Amino acid sequence: MAPPANRRSGFSRRAQYTTFFSYAAGVIGAVVGLILLVVAIVSPGTFAGLRGAAADVTEPAAQTTAGARATGKDFIGTISGFFKTGSEHARLKRELAEAKVRLVEAQATKDENRRLKKLLDLREGDAQPVAFARLVGSTGASSRRFATLGAGADRGVIKGMPVRSSMGLVGRVLEVGASSSRVLLITDTESLVPVRRARDGIAAFAQGQGDGTIRIRLVNLGLNPLLRGDVMVTTGSGGLYRPGTPMAVVTDLLRDGAIARVLSNPSDTDYVIVERAWAPPPPPPPADTQPGNR
Amino acid sequence: MALLPRPDSVARPRINRQPSAVVARSLPWLTVMLGSMAPGWLLIASAPVLPPLGFLAFVAWRQLRPGLLPVWAGLPLGLFDDLFSGQPFGTAVMLWSIAAIVLDVIEARLPWRNFLTEWLVAIGLIIAYIALCLGISNIAGASAPLRIIGPQLVISVFSYPLVGRFVALVDRFRLTPFVLIR
Repeated sequence: MAPPANRRSGFSRRAQYTTFFSYAAGVIGAVVGLILLVVAIVSPGTFAGLRGAAADVTEPAAQTTAGARATGKDFIGTISGFFKTGSEHARLKRELAEAKVRLVEAQATKDENRRLKKLLDLREGDAQPVAFARLVGSTGASSRRFATLGAGADRGVIKGMPVRSSMGLVGRVLEVGASSSRVLLITDTESLVPVRRARDGIAAFAQGQGDGTIRIRLVNLGLNPLLRGDVMVTTGSGGLYRPGTPMAVVTDLLRDGAIARVLSNPSDTDYVIVERAWAPPPPPPPADTQPGNR
Repeated sequence: MALLPRPDSVARPRINRQPSAVVARSLPWLTVMLGSMAPGWLLIASAPVLPPLGFLAFVAWRQLRPGLLPVWAGLPLGLFDDLFSGQPFGTAVMLWSIAAIVLDVIEARLPWRNFLTEWLVAIGLIIAYIALCLGISNIAGASAPLRIIGPQLVISVFSYPLVGRFVALVDRFRLTPFVLIR
């Protein structure tokens, strides 16, 4: 098909001006975009209010779609469960028997832990969650990994709070709106979390790669002690993330670290928990009675 | 041609009816805005896998009906997209405006249009858009490697004809005469 013939404005002054001004407006649009972009890069928080307001306005719709998403997943789960029910049942029975024994052991350990902590005069940190909410949306078409949380300032969420699910760490709150907030997921390339191996505490940093996996960078370089299947948990150093929150499991080894898979995949988590930002306990006062005993 | 509905069905003669002016004017804008919001709702993605539906709808409207969305439509629509996309604010405003101008220039040069050339032009725009989005967000603080947009590029390129079909469907509805002429 030939392009429309009415592109030529001919001798009509009015048509010529209209064409000219619409193209001029198009160029101005690009320039305005460039200016906005420079402002956004220089001070990233400038448009947080606008984004928050937009997320607040669309939050009810997003809640509805989040519900539909969960229902769809349940439906698929039900159908696939129907075909696997026999073997699942046998496996669950076996696991339950094992878990009962483990539970008793864990209870004993917990009691002992509490007793020892009392001896050391350690107080339990305030682990009360701030809010339970749904992740209602995410930036699925962008290379950045943000999610929208269905709770905001109205539920006591403030900037910097860590977000986790029952499976593990999800991210932290970046911007807070009235009834929604923006979460930086741990798979984003700007998220850097200090972690340690759950087994023996080898320190590392976990940085998102933007494609759903996490790059583990060891603090002490040299021989790579990581193994496939190692679970990394947060250390809590520097504050923010509560120590001991499970985060990722190692899947591939590299020369100076590993690639890990996130334990709590945000696409599978229905509800998440917003916790208070963790602050490390203040260092004990220096014992000045015995100099040199530090 | 494939993106266009059959010409005889667009203005099917219905006695005493005309298309609603409000619907005819607002639907293109609304579909692009819906496209901007939809990828966020479809799933909580842990990698960029969804096509930028807003941009695809914008390009499809400009290819299907050149001049229906003005050249400067990238400014308001891009502003709206930036609120939800997660990119640094202003990315879509700039890139959509440039895309509209580039599309006009290309269409003025091409003597004819068919499904394949339109798709090829759109593929060029989509690849450039997604790659530039990655570059801009990397300038603004991220450090994502180029390989993570691979799946998204493939999905976007192949979903463009579907978006074009959807836009053609909406265009047909847009011009359905249903308002009574008094």
